[in-house]
Amino acid sequence: MYKDYWRSNLKILSILLTVWFLVSFGFGIIFSDFLDQFKIGGFKIGFWFAQQGSIYFFVFLIFIYVYLMNKLDKSYKEKMNKNKSD
Amino acid sequence: MDTQSLTYLFVGLSFSLYIGIAIWSRASSTNDFYIAGKGVHPIANGMATAADWMSAASFISMAGLIAFLGKDGSVYLMGWTGGYVLLALLLAPYLRKFGQYTVPDFIGTRYYSNLARLVAVICLIFISFTYVAGQMRGVGIVFSRFLEVDINLGVIIGMCIVFFYAVLGGMKGITYTQVAQYCVLIFAYLVPAIFISILMTGNPIPQLGFGDTLVNTDTYLLDKLDKVTVDLGFNAYTENTKTNIDIFCITAALMFGTAGLPHVIVRFFTVPKVSDARKSAGYALVFIAILYSTAPAVSAFARMNFIDSVQEVNYQEAPSWFRNWENIGLIAWKDKNEDGLIQYSAGNALEGIKPDFSNEKGVSGERVTINDPDMTNNNEVYIDRDIMVLANPEIARLPGWVVALVAAGALAAALSTAAGLLLVISASISHDLLKKMFMPKITEKQELFYARCSAAVAILIAGLFGIYPPGFVAQVVAFAFGLAAATIFPALLMGIFYKRLNKEGAIAGMISGLVITSAYIINFKFLNIDLNSSEYWFLGISPEGFGFIGMILNFCIAILVSFFYARPPKNVYLMVDQIREP
Repeated sequence: MYKDYWRSNLKILSILLTVWFLVSFGFGIIFSDFLDQFKIGGFKIGFWFAQQGSIYFFVFLIFIYVYLMNKLDKSYKEKMNKNKSD
Repeated sequence: MDTQSLTYLFVGLSFSLYIGIAIWSRASSTNDFYIAGKGVHPIANGMATAADWMSAASFISMAGLIAFLGKDGSVYLMGWTGGYVLLALLLAPYLRKFGQYTVPDFIGTRYYSNLARLVAVICLIFISFTYVAGQMRGVGIVFSRFLEVDINLGVIIGMCIVFFYAVLGGMKGITYTQVAQYCVLIFAYLVPAIFISILMTGNPIPQLGFGDTLVNTDTYLLDKLDKVTVDLGFNAYTENTKTNIDIFCITAALMFGTAGLPHVIVRFFTVPKVSDARKSAGYALVFIAILYSTAPAVSAFARMNFIDSVQEVNYQEAPSWFRNWENIGLIAWKDKNEDGLIQYSAGNALEGIKPDFSNEKGVSGERVTINDPDMTNNNEVYIDRDIMVLANPEIARLPGWVVALVAAGALAAALSTAAGLLLVISASISHDLLKKMFMPKITEKQELFYARCSAAVAILIAGLFGIYPPGFVAQVVAFAFGLAAATIFPALLMGIFYKRLNKEGAIAGMISGLVITSAYIINFKFLNIDLNSSEYWFLGISPEGFGFIGMILNFCIAILVSFFYARPPKNVYLMVDQIREP
């Protein structure tokens, strides 16, 4: 029961942290120079990720995490209550 | 009203607001004093965290730094925001579930060892004092430039205000004051940014404006900036000059360091529920992102405006801000070609970089420096990067009330961070050192008394740093983040996610992270300053980024050493299970 909960938690963490790594270290640093050859408006894309985009993604990631974890906590508690009443 | 009376008015109003809040939210128990009685709403806590986090460095220095670094400056933007993802996902909810007062508390309990607690306290005090020194310098700059009072008097006024609400109110007083300070500082940051964005690009949103075209032309602002910077002999604004591996490591050290900073972590102990800790980290990052996404726009505008308003201008007709900052010594001009015009380009204007003024005036009326001009280039202007944000409204000729607002905002940023830091210092002394280690018999009332005493002493020391600023403030910032990344972050992370780690492993890890990171930074920043360049660095990693290497070493050594010693006792396993459960 608790093990399932922890495993789902670790799964959520690894997916979200992969995105975290990709938008900052990936697009903002490692592939930044490559992405700089493409432009949206006045922004080179690598430059935009390094100075703007990564920050927006960070905010977005935390709220996704809040949403997923609240859902996971709720289902865990429901299962626990069901076990108790059985 | 002129700008100066407006500044007095705004600063006076904001200070009386902070004092009013402090009286209204006095702390009456250690629970109130350390963690605000766990009764802070997640949105309020998010704002307080944002104000706590955004220091004089974020408000005053960061945009100026990026203005001169260009794309290299991205390390600060990503580094100081990305750490919140790590905090929210990996640390905050679990540490809140643990439910104690301080960061060393968790480390001491999880690793069942007072030695581990002591190592954590030492790192914490070092990190926090490093930081406080920087805040007090910020307070000094603002007071001397905008209120034209003596720097020392300014620092003393700042100390009195912080003393009042930190010592009386503890965490509770600080939290609600920080909410007010956040509102002041973000308003003060956004108003000039929006004004300047409209003036330069016609776009009222700075985040979009800096990717937009300049007013009445088809040229994009960033393209123009690239061209102008290259023409003056600098690197193109939107291109890196540092190597990728160095940028990677600096960003990582700042991110992991952010997630390991005690004064930030402790904020998540103040919310009522575990789910609130997660939410609160999200709100905190929203409030931080509002400033951090505006900052690079401000940088680009400021660099453009600065070049436009001084290049090839006769010194005697230079805008008034140029002379105001010259009088304080943060701008200097050396007429190398003796044509009376200001020429700005790449390279140092003076030998020894920083100006050392004599009392004489030059031919054009400029302040004469004792150091000789650096004749290897044509640059005639020395400018301290710290002044860009403060000078920006004046450079863009915005009305006086905007200038006054920025002064009040900068003070809010410096004071809110100073207060948060002083609180974690006092809590770690009264709670971790006295109550948990040396004087376990003291009552709650005595502990509260000691907490207030240590807060007062910490404020005095911080004030001394402001009045007699140690010359090494800028160098030790790398230290604070490097140490947080190399010591506190791994100990916390493995404490939650790796049950097998025992006290021997944790202590060995923290000490090796501490030693190797300090040794590397001290070597390049204090002992062998002339060797501080990429050819001598380990793998080309600068001292600023070395905390990341220290962190990896900490993880490896901690896990390795763990296997040679017994597993942690049963109750530690139970404790970790308990903090993992929702």
